[in-house]
Amino acid sequence: MEIDPFIFRLSIFILSIFVGYYVVWSVTPSLHTPLMSVTNAISSVIIVGAIIAALAGSSENIFEKSNIFGFLAIILAAVNIFGGFLVTQRMLQMYKKKKK
Amino acid sequence: MSANLSAIFYLISGILFILALRGLSSPETSRQGNYFGIAGMTISIIVTFLSVGNFGSGFVYVLIFLLIGGSLGAFIAFRIPMTAMPELVAGFHSLVGLAAVFVAISAFLKPEAFNLGFLGNIKLASLIEMSLGAAIGAITFSGSIVAFLKLRGIMSGAPITFKGQHLINLILGITILFLIYYLCKVQSSNIFWSIVLISFLVGVLLIIPIGGADMPVVISMLNSYSGWAAAGIGFTLENTALIITGALVGSSGAILSYIMCKGMNRSFFNVILGGWGATDQTSNSQNKEQKPVKSGNADDAAFLMKNASSVIIVPGYGMAVAQAQHALREMVDALKKNGVKVTYAIHPVAGRMPGHMNVLLAEANVPYDEVFELEEINNDFANCDVAYVIGANDVTNPVAKTDPQSPIYGMPILDVEKSKSVLFVKRSLSPGYAGIDNDLFYRENTLMLFADAKKMTEDIIKNL
Repeated sequence: MEIDPFIFRLSIFILSIFVGYYVVWSVTPSLHTPLMSVTNAISSVIIVGAIIAALAGSSENIFEKSNIFGFLAIILAAVNIFGGFLVTQRMLQMYKKKKK
Repeated sequence: MSANLSAIFYLISGILFILALRGLSSPETSRQGNYFGIAGMTISIIVTFLSVGNFGSGFVYVLIFLLIGGSLGAFIAFRIPMTAMPELVAGFHSLVGLAAVFVAISAFLKPEAFNLGFLGNIKLASLIEMSLGAAIGAITFSGSIVAFLKLRGIMSGAPITFKGQHLINLILGITILFLIYYLCKVQSSNIFWSIVLISFLVGVLLIIPIGGADMPVVISMLNSYSGWAAAGIGFTLENTALIITGALVGSSGAILSYIMCKGMNRSFFNVILGGWGATDQTSNSQNKEQKPVKSGNADDAAFLMKNASSVIIVPGYGMAVAQAQHALREMVDALKKNGVKVTYAIHPVAGRMPGHMNVLLAEANVPYDEVFELEEINNDFANCDVAYVIGANDVTNPVAKTDPQSPIYGMPILDVEKSKSVLFVKRSLSPGYAGIDNDLFYRENTLMLFADAKKMTEDIIKNL
């Protein structure tokens, strides 16, 4: 009997939760705000779905209802990607060690 | 690009995202971590373009929209003041949530583009995944909007509660699950729209009963939700990068919520069900007797600190509100010139989001190795000459250790009262968020400095 590919995805999902659990516990509490902004940025990888949605269908009619939702999602995700990574970068630049 | 090859690239992106979080284990590696994150995102986007392989006019539009959103995001990222970080993060969460809803909608309207079957005949598993993704995304969106409005001060931070609130939430939650089940049977788009609409409503109802100072939990929780929404969509699209990321973000937000709840010694449900301090505030102010309070001015404070050998600064949300972090650092510089040893003590729930105080101090050029967490520094208060409490209140209240009747009993607090003298910068004697009187105000070794946090700190600098 073959294993349903869904089971493989579920395995990846569950293992990632464990990886996330251990990785996040090792994040130093002083960096919890950058942690939130960077997790925000990476969860915008949902843009992958938005791009597929925007480009779906025939190239003559690219503004069907489903495409429009795709384009809107691209804008939202792009705000998050650029905003999230840049604001994280800005914060991380500020963390400095004592000058000896 | 073949499906197998792109799947491998998505896996690589997922690993880069794990490394991005891993980098945050110390400030030295954190910047490199952020670059891993950016690399992962770039790979994902390029691979998606290559695997769709449609470089017609649609592609140009995609790039245009990407640039519009990107420049808007970059603009916000550079302009936002650090004190506004909590509302920025809440705002960003709402965007992820809405993006998840939109992607789910297009997948529902045009399933063939995602290999999910055909409109009206979508694969059962995909249908469940996309409706869960859409529902969680919608809750994240409207919940984050409410959190944003509360943090921004557009909406009052006071909890909004009404009778039967939790029952309504429960009924709506069950309704969503029932509708998802029904959707799987009849595949009607009206049901899909209803799921999305009810979820928007649930998001609002879920966050309105939660008060301002519980926002660290709310933001962490919404962070977690945005992750689960992304994972739901990841299952729909059969995309590894999205599944890995969703799981990472989901567990990250859940851990942060847990840490925040522990910082207040409250259960997660206690916070979520909301309305802390909203009821007992009145009863407390009634039976408050007049107790003697010592108050002082900037001159007294400067004298005390100048002659101390060690000072611990305890910042709280009030410091953020007054934007006092730069003045504070100048004060500390002046003290250090006088040979005073100065450190900072941060309570886990100080501020409006996890790590809020650390970012503000970093912005004011405070080296991070002078800033300590509660467990690291709590024993040092006993040997310290002056504790300078600026904008914090409940997290220093000794009542949490002594009075089992108190709502904050058992909450870990900074042992400020053990230091030889306490300087407490506060506008008035009004109670903090928990609505309880702070015993510390009336202690023999406490000197109250009634003023705006920034103004008082600046005045102290003049007197040093």
